[in-house]
Amino acid sequence: MSGLNMIVCFKQVPDPEAPASALKVEGKEVITSPDIKPVADEYGEFALEVALKIKGSIGGKITALSLGNNLARDVVKKSLAVGADELILLEDEAFEGSDNHATSHALAAAIRKIGEYDLIFCGRQSSDWGVGQVGLSLATQLGIPAVSVVRKVDIVEGKARVEEVTPDGYNIIDVELPALFTITSEAGALRYAALKGIMAAARRQPTIWKAADLGLDPSEIGTQGRVNKINKLYQPSSEVKCEIVEADTPAEAGAGLAEKLREARIL
Amino acid sequence: MNNSKGILVIGELSEGKLVSITKEMLGIARKLADESQQDVSCLLANESVQQTPQEAIAFGADKVYTAEDPALKSGGIYVYLQIVEKLIADISPWAVIMGQTYLGTRLSPRLAAKLGVNLTTDCVDLKLDPDKKAIIATRPIYGGNVFAELSSDLIPHLVAVRSKAMSPIEQDSSRKGEVTSLKAEIDQSVIKTKIVKSVKEEVTGVKLEDAFVIVAGGRGIGGAEPFKTTLQDLANLFPSAATGASRPPADDGWVPEAKHIGLTGRIVAPDIYFAIGISGASQHMAGCTGSKTVVAINKDPEANIFKLANYGVVGKYEEVLPAFTEKLKSLLAE
Ligand SMILES: Cc1cc2nc3c(=O)[nH]c(=O)nc-3n(C[C@H](O)[C@H](O)[C@H](O)COP(=O)(O)OP(=O)(O)OC[C@H]3O[C@@H](n4cnc5c(N)ncnc54)[C@H](O)[C@@H]3O)c2cc1C
Ligand SMILES: Nc1ncnc2c1ncn2[C@@H]1O[C@H](COP(=O)(O)O)[C@@H](O)[C@H]1O
Repeated sequence: MSGLNMIVCFKQVPDPEAPASALKVEGKEVITSPDIKPVADEYGEFALEVALKIKGSIGGKITALSLGNNLARDVVKKSLAVGADELILLEDEAFEGSDNHATSHALAAAIRKIGEYDLIFCGRQSSDWGVGQVGLSLATQLGIPAVSVVRKVDIVEGKARVEEVTPDGYNIIDVELPALFTITSEAGALRYAALKGIMAAARRQPTIWKAADLGLDPSEIGTQGRVNKINKLYQPSSEVKCEIVEADTPAEAGAGLAEKLREARIL
Repeated sequence: MNNSKGILVIGELSEGKLVSITKEMLGIARKLADESQQDVSCLLANESVQQTPQEAIAFGADKVYTAEDPALKSGGIYVYLQIVEKLIADISPWAVIMGQTYLGTRLSPRLAAKLGVNLTTDCVDLKLDPDKKAIIATRPIYGGNVFAELSSDLIPHLVAVRSKAMSPIEQDSSRKGEVTSLKAEIDQSVIKTKIVKSVKEEVTGVKLEDAFVIVAGGRGIGGAEPFKTTLQDLANLFPSAATGASRPPADDGWVPEAKHIGLTGRIVAPDIYFAIGISGASQHMAGCTGSKTVVAINKDPEANIFKLANYGVVGKYEEVLPAFTEKLKSLLAE
């Protein structure tokens, strides 16, 4: 089989490497300090890499799909720069405040509008809220089979053969297409964009779909479409005082640490 | 669904025994049910459930539903989903508690989509809202840097709880309960996935979840070898210790995935957690917050781990750790 139609969903999130001090809770929102750059969610990038590998080996078309509002163009266009063929943004103020239920509902509507697909890839879990719900919810709504926490996808005789990571090893699973997979970190990091790709991506404009283009009612999306009510957000006050053992040499500090832990009856 | 009543726990068992998350789920379910005058029921579905229904009752269930079918062991999630959906349709529970486990993370999003209700995953606390109409679930977000208290108006409330976050009630073998066996009616025709092979990657030694001491290494370890030597040498000093890792060593194949600790790996709660060459990212620390004492060795004095550890040494682990192990060995021998 060649020429698979693939869709990769990714989410724009604040850089997860940002220190805790860069996050502030204001009412029912988490505010990140302005110097924290938005990035594509890590697992969404792993998912894109899996699609690129398949495209590289048997060919096909990759459509990258992201829902949000005011999405940073350098973040979303990275997908094009590394080799996605299309970029569709569900970008609308009306999507502001969506929870996972509303997000997967809108993404499902967009995927139905795209119409033709053999494979859909999501990350196993997003970097900000980390719910781990959107992929399996999408597959359920679309009525297609899904395997989550997948590290490898091969296409064999018109079916997908995937490796699912399990608590004590892995399963090899055959899946009929169309299918959805949520991808885990062991799949491997997203390739770097070549300069040529970056320049080509810069010239392209993503396709923008608004809620109305998807036939979505305002009550189904954004804050109104939430089924998950935020009662309260807070930051844990967790700083412990760390006792640093110092000495003239690292080895002496190591020995000193042993003495200290022994004295404190920890070991 | 206004007549929905009762809290359903999706129990998990292994080798004829309840796994600890099941006891923890029953514990929190019992508490919520007592506060709101409801019953606790528990589904136990597997190839064979053996004595686990009695065990579930002893840990707080009023009713146990059992389903026994070989396909439940080997058939994958779509077999399981059919049993759960049918049971929910039959008993219309007010809430369903699942584990943030291999089973629960696969089941819960599918169930939420089928039922069109809210799901809160990875909960570390559950309580009733003041008018007892909803569950307020607490979960970490932003890798644990922020906590959210979430609820929903939709019934049933679906929650998946993190392991080791809730306490079981004391086992009481005199508790009485009712056991109903469900007929597992599985429609194989709708199943489009097939498990071709299950591979177990043997991890020798103490299981991370059972270890009192964990010697965990991160990207700073630099390769596979030191996990088997420098880190293992320290672990060898204790009767119940294991080596573990942050995500990069598992991603790079330095250690098996089973050693990966954190939000997307294992949740552990040893007495002592050694974090060596680990920067202390919140997603990693989410997997070991239950540790009594955290000891860090890192060459970067600014590393976040020093904000989270109780004891630390700044330095290259290649120099610090062997001396530490050597000294500790002689101190322990005294
Ligand atoms: C949704 C999500 C889920 C995630 N889940 C997990 C998870 O479950 N588990 C997990 O671990 N990560 C997880 N991560 C990744 C996490 O954010 C970090 O990227 C990761 O934990 C970093 O691992 P590390 O500390 O080993 O590596 P780094 O951050 O690269 O840190 C390496 C450290 O080693 C130190 N070092 C280097 N050389 C030496 C030496 N010779 N001696 C001593 N110290 C040295 C450095 O100073 C540095 O502090 C997740 C991320 C996301 C977005
Ligand atoms: N707003 C979004 N736009 C596109 N994809 C998303 C969005 N939110 C979540 N996803 C996808 O779903 C995965 C899991 O997200 P979550 O269920 O929120 O943890 C992510 O890795 C993405 O692949």
